[in-house]
Amino acid sequence: MVAKRIVPCLDIKNGRTVKGVNFEGLRDAGDPVELAKRYSDEGADELVFLDITATNEKRKTLIELVDKISRHIQIPFTVGGGIRAVDEIGDLLNAGADKISLNSSIVTNPDLITQAAAKYGSQCIVAAIDARRSNDSWLVYTKAGTHNTGLDAIDWAKKTAELGAGEILLTSMDKDGTKSGFDNELLKKVSQAAPVPLIASGGAGTIDHCIDAIKLGEADAVLAASIFHFKEIEIKHLKEEMAKADIAVRLNF
Amino acid sequence: MIAIIDYKAGNIASVSNALTRLGADFCITDDVSRLNDATGIIFPGVGHAYAAMQALKEKNLDEWLKSTQKPVLGICLGMQMLFDFSVEGDTACLGLIPGKLEKFDNSKGKVPHMGWNTLRFAADSFLLKGLSVEDYFYFVHSFYAPVVDATTASCFYADVDFSAVVSYKNFHGVQFHPEKSGAAGTKILNNFINYVNEGKE
Repeated sequence: MVAKRIVPCLDIKNGRTVKGVNFEGLRDAGDPVELAKRYSDEGADELVFLDITATNEKRKTLIELVDKISRHIQIPFTVGGGIRAVDEIGDLLNAGADKISLNSSIVTNPDLITQAAAKYGSQCIVAAIDARRSNDSWLVYTKAGTHNTGLDAIDWAKKTAELGAGEILLTSMDKDGTKSGFDNELLKKVSQAAPVPLIASGGAGTIDHCIDAIKLGEADAVLAASIFHFKEIEIKHLKEEMAKADIAVRLNF
Repeated sequence: MIAIIDYKAGNIASVSNALTRLGADFCITDDVSRLNDATGIIFPGVGHAYAAMQALKEKNLDEWLKSTQKPVLGICLGMQMLFDFSVEGDTACLGLIPGKLEKFDNSKGKVPHMGWNTLRFAADSFLLKGLSVEDYFYFVHSFYAPVVDATTASCFYADVDFSAVVSYKNFHGVQFHPEKSGAAGTKILNNFINYVNEGKE
């Protein structure tokens, strides 16, 4: 049975992890490779690196970082953050990334999904969607959540899959950072509308939240950052509890 | 020396990084004379079956693979190419293992089959030494090979039991990505390297 995945997310700036990371035993908690290795050893099934660098040097440093991660990590990883060109996607895949997450660029240029999927395969194209509730629906926001596109999140999710995205990374902006649980209603709607794997993001605070995202939200994977960075929840313990809740998880690692 | 076939249709970086971590003696090449010097071949593959077959043909690597007696390990699309035919682009593949590749039915499960899954063991294989039904492997694929006589382990997804590990004569293949499958995947690669180095099963 295909396992539900636990996916720690690392924010990267100028090749270093940012946001507070509270890990004992790491020589340098800012080194993404060292942190990635640690997560991998603790049972993470996959990693997401989100680059928030906004300099001209960004592309080069990101490729160098991907190359370094690929040399040290034996689990799949996704790279995202401001990626907007087919050749840029190719460079990151060649450097060893398994998947590329696209967000704002595919809203302005949906054709990018189709072009990238045709060239590299749907399996490596992740549509990242930031959604905020508006009355009875959810709207898609871009540019790090600052721009309301007016697009309906469920329709957009469905469309990204039709265009060739192989996976959806769905973040609830209402829940992000609240540690009050995932937006399971939104997750379930997207999971049923788009026939590709769904990564739940935004709101993880407890083990039960992660279980609910899978059982109620019908997500295929659970992404979180701070609960892992600050060791509020240990990945191994989380997976053991998920297994007790009859969720298939990878316990041998 | 193991040779990784470089035909511009594989994620070579991940496989070569995995072999580096294992301390294996290997090269990355599309040169037939270097392939002839190798003791074992790793045949990776990502992307579209038709494009991959065309890329192999351009370099005459299809003919080389069909005639080699060396141990070959096909990974993901590389394993699929060992079979007769794929409905992906209606592609005639290498025809080394009988069987036709089909696409998963997306009314039965999300496609691609992406993520960690377990194996059902069907027959003894040197590749599976030290592994159990508790071990998970990382799969990413939309097309699958049927269970055939060459199948040594299968995997179940979207109501289909499909070939996850195959061995036929000197041709071996894994549908999952051992280079991305943590410690379990490392064992598979190590088993292949040891097999090549010992020159026997």
